[in-house]
Amino acid sequence: MNIHIPTPLRTYTGGQETVSVPGATVNAVFEQLTAKFPELKQHLFTAEGKLRSFVNVYLNDEDLRYLPEKEATTVKENDELTIIPSIAGGSVCCCPLK
Amino acid sequence: MLQISYTDYEAMRTHGEETYPHECCGVLLGKNEAGVGNRVQQIVRAGNTRTDSAHNRYNIAPQELVKIQRQARGLGLDIVGFYHSHPDHPAQWSTTDFSEAHWLGCSYVITSVEKGKAATTNSFLLTGTAEENKKFQDEAIEIAIAEAQANQ
Repeated sequence: MNIHIPTPLRTYTGGQETVSVPGATVNAVFEQLTAKFPELKQHLFTAEGKLRSFVNVYLNDEDLRYLPEKEATTVKENDELTIIPSIAGGSVCCCPLK
Repeated sequence: MLQISYTDYEAMRTHGEETYPHECCGVLLGKNEAGVGNRVQQIVRAGNTRTDSAHNRYNIAPQELVKIQRQARGLGLDIVGFYHSHPDHPAQWSTTDFSEAHWLGCSYVITSVEKGKAATTNSFLLTGTAEENKKFQDEAIEIAIAEAQANQ
């Protein structure tokens, strides 16, 4: 299946925006992905092997966190996985105008 | 260096004025050019999901980001940065901006909006190789005005 890689992580996929790896579940796909591109692992997972809190993963248009079987979800060859780090922030904790 | 057209630059600032006193946010699409930096070719407005504290926080829904990334792919572009506003606060990154910044190599543009009027716009490049050593670096903004002038 195809996995779409966000800009910052393409350094570790040889510049590829989309990579294709086999796998019957999301977990299996991630294992194949990090076997093929080992440097990706530390950027996606914690030392305990959990997805980093700011890393969002979408299976087609579904947030993996909200799928009943999460990483154990079965995937098909033409499904697409998108890795997308979160975007947030704000002026709180910033000094007010004088 | 961040390169952006005058039209897109002004559109970011106008977005901040429109959403005042709330923070606006959006995505910069373009290309990273070796030796130059991030060149913006299109900006995409995004919704701020932090309706509970929109005057000093912003968040772009991941689902919207997935769509924007798909849109970029269709245009042959990449996500090269993000922008947001600081209503009645300086155009400087906050500790919240820093802790929530995860797109290494991307530009984070901040516009201060003072009493509803866009004031200063600054850009900060998120450098480093991992979460553990990331840093915000001041980044010059080069505004391309040639095209805008030629059309006048």
